[in-house]
Amino acid sequence: MSEQRELPELGFLALSRFAWRQLTSMRTALILLLLLGVAAIPGSLIPQRPLNPMAVREFYRNNPELAPWYDRASLFDVYASPWFSAIYILLFISLIGCVLPRSVEHYKAMLAKPPATPKNLSRLSHYQQFAKEDESLDRATQWFRKNRFRVRAEGNSISAEKGYLRETGNLLFHLSLILVLVGVSFGSLFGMNGYAIVNVGERFINIPTTYDTLSFGKLKGDNSLQPFQITVDKFDAEYDPKTSAPLDYTAWVTVEDEGKISKQVVKVNQPLTFGSTRVYLQANGYSPVVTVRDSNKNVVLQGPVPLLPQDGNLRSIGVIKVPDADPAIGFVVSFLPTNARTASQGSVSIYPELLDPKLLFSIWQGDLGLDSGVPQSVYKMDTENMTQIGLGSVKPGDTFNYSNGSITLETVVPWVNLQVVQDPGKSYALIGGILAIAGLLTSLYGRRRRIWIRVSDSGVEVAGLARNSAPGLEDEVDKFISFVKGEK
Amino acid sequence: MLTTWAYISNYFVYSAMLVFALSFVAHAFETAFAVRTPENADKTEGNLLVKTLDYKRTEKAARIATALMILAFFLLLVGVVARGISAKHVPWGNMYEFSITGALAFTGAYLIALRKHDLRWLGLFISISALLTLGTAVTLLYRDSAPLVPALQSPWLVIHVIAAIISGGVFLLANVVAGAYLYLERFEDKSARPGWLQRVPSLELLDQLSYRLVAFVFPLWTFSVIAGAIWAESAWGRYWGWDPKETWAFITWVAYAAYLHARVTVGWRGRRAAWLCIFAGSTFLFNYVYVNVWGTGKHTYSGL
Ligand code: HEM
Repeated sequence: MSEQRELPELGFLALSRFAWRQLTSMRTALILLLLLGVAAIPGSLIPQRPLNPMAVREFYRNNPELAPWYDRASLFDVYASPWFSAIYILLFISLIGCVLPRSVEHYKAMLAKPPATPKNLSRLSHYQQFAKEDESLDRATQWFRKNRFRVRAEGNSISAEKGYLRETGNLLFHLSLILVLVGVSFGSLFGMNGYAIVNVGERFINIPTTYDTLSFGKLKGDNSLQPFQITVDKFDAEYDPKTSAPLDYTAWVTVEDEGKISKQVVKVNQPLTFGSTRVYLQANGYSPVVTVRDSNKNVVLQGPVPLLPQDGNLRSIGVIKVPDADPAIGFVVSFLPTNARTASQGSVSIYPELLDPKLLFSIWQGDLGLDSGVPQSVYKMDTENMTQIGLGSVKPGDTFNYSNGSITLETVVPWVNLQVVQDPGKSYALIGGILAIAGLLTSLYGRRRRIWIRVSDSGVEVAGLARNSAPGLEDEVDKFISFVKGEK
Repeated sequence: MLTTWAYISNYFVYSAMLVFALSFVAHAFETAFAVRTPENADKTEGNLLVKTLDYKRTEKAARIATALMILAFFLLLVGVVARGISAKHVPWGNMYEFSITGALAFTGAYLIALRKHDLRWLGLFISISALLTLGTAVTLLYRDSAPLVPALQSPWLVIHVIAAIISGGVFLLANVVAGAYLYLERFEDKSARPGWLQRVPSLELLDQLSYRLVAFVFPLWTFSVIAGAIWAESAWGRYWGWDPKETWAFITWVAYAAYLHARVTVGWRGRRAAWLCIFAGSTFLFNYVYVNVWGTGKHTYSGL
């Protein structure tokens, strides 16, 4: 019965008011915060599609029954999942619902005077009593003013308060978190991200068709790319001779942006910047430059063919498709920048630089499947409708002849993988981050305290109160008293 | 192939280990000796730190132990600096280097805190932790000094990592204090503490201390995460990518924010707060150990 009495008539308005109060309560905020932390965990343990699609595919292969259930629960894309979003959206609604009213209240409190001096000071902490002098109150006022306390003087007493900055900082902190979230969302809705492999000597034009992969934010149109061009003039990679670990990458480029041409240098920690678009040097590899001739010695293909690196020594694989040969020809290739043979693994690369390059290939003849309408990867070839007609290898300058043609390795050029990112929200996120730290510092290191003084016939009474049990008030009260006594 | 500086570095790290071991013995001796010291603590509210401790009889052993700790700190400092010189970069390129720098920061945090508060009851633990960290580093994690991979070549490495290492040192210290709280709490209602624990300060003080440590270092951790994001933006083209390391840094941040909330706004104290503190600290440790050694992603620089 008692339960019924506690529940008011639950009209829609009352119900939503109740829900709102629950949502913006501190306990809910705490639960949501903990929940957010816990919800972030699975994404670090289960492979994530945006980070590592290969690992997700492998997970599917190893756990064919479990994987679809994981997928249904968005466990392969936790940070974009409905439940993860729900937690942080609720948290931020709760945050806004809590912080905005508190900001208004705090603003009012800053304009108001401190509360009146309590009747009985002797019950408060830091209480001291001493003999009065004529100018005790004047000296107290002077000290408060010098130390920038806000004061309320009433007759024979002064109530002084300091440290409102603590609450200001706390509010600033929470409000800047909202700014960070706005920046992050803005960037993901209006940004873009793409990769393009560019051979040294070639030019990259910032239009959608030159990209290998390209993705746009939900609200960004694909015709809004900034029209710049980048020609890669030279690329240099340095490696540690002992471990083959990369030491430094540098690309020298010619940039054409809005009619201005300039020479620039791109490094790993040093991207190119075009407004809110930045261009990063992300990876490098090799493109063998080949010439393929048919049985009549006519050139049917000529140019660099980018291959994909497989290990730290840049052993690279890929395909060379020659649809113009008749019948169509394809090569499945493996490229070794510094070729060596081992008993266990066969041909391997033992160093990432071009010390002794070698191109190995199998030759296939038949239907390349380019007319099937299905989009084809330039790094893979479907050999189902083809027959193998030979195996071979070439070094730079060599030509390999097979039954109905030949392939020549002219030279090898490096390629660089340029990542183009446009993120119009990141400066908001950064400003939010900086303000958040400023807010935290003032809020966590700030001290809010009150000091009272009353002069009566029996003498002078002083007491203090530290909010949040902040330390240091004892010293401050002592200083205050010795000033009032005229000792300093 | 070791350069002279790398050789000097190893020599100093080993010396520091020896002196940490001696400091541990001195602390142990001091603790053992204190068992026979009758406890006449002054339980005045407020300033519990100094007054609950009675160092009259063990003063000499305590001084020796602290002096050894300071010596070990400086030996280790030389070891870390020499490592940096040998590799021509700040010595945070792999897990061995993280570990020796971490041990340095941990000891440093303790010694700095010691200037203001008498925390010598923690010394036993600090010296053995430093010893174990260095022991693991030289046996399991050691790698020859090597140059940095390109993504690490940035001033943000210095800023981000130093902030993270200091935060980590203080978080772990807070965890130790919270752990001490939980351990001692069991004795509080039923019986007196065992003799060798008489010298550890009151529960209330431990509770406050772990909170102070977290509140002190939380802004630095926030800064470290943001500095990491700025660096990631310049090296990898995105400031946040939910890479495992980033994810766990975020989890640690959220966990400590929850801890601060629980204390400041919901009023948690004592046992619950201590458990939450330990949970938050464990996420930091997990990040360091699991993600560095077994994890995948862009942050696996352990060199293992
Ligand atoms: C509904 C949402 C939230 C509310 C109502 C809220 C409210 C508060 C309040 C009242 C305080 C204590 C201020 C004081 O010390 O006087 C506080 C402190 C704090 N809040 Fe929140 N907060 C919310 C969300 C968040 C979120 C999402 C975070 C970060 C993830 C956060 C981080 C912090 C931190 C670190 C402190 C410590 C400040 C201190 O110790 O003084 N808060 N919050």
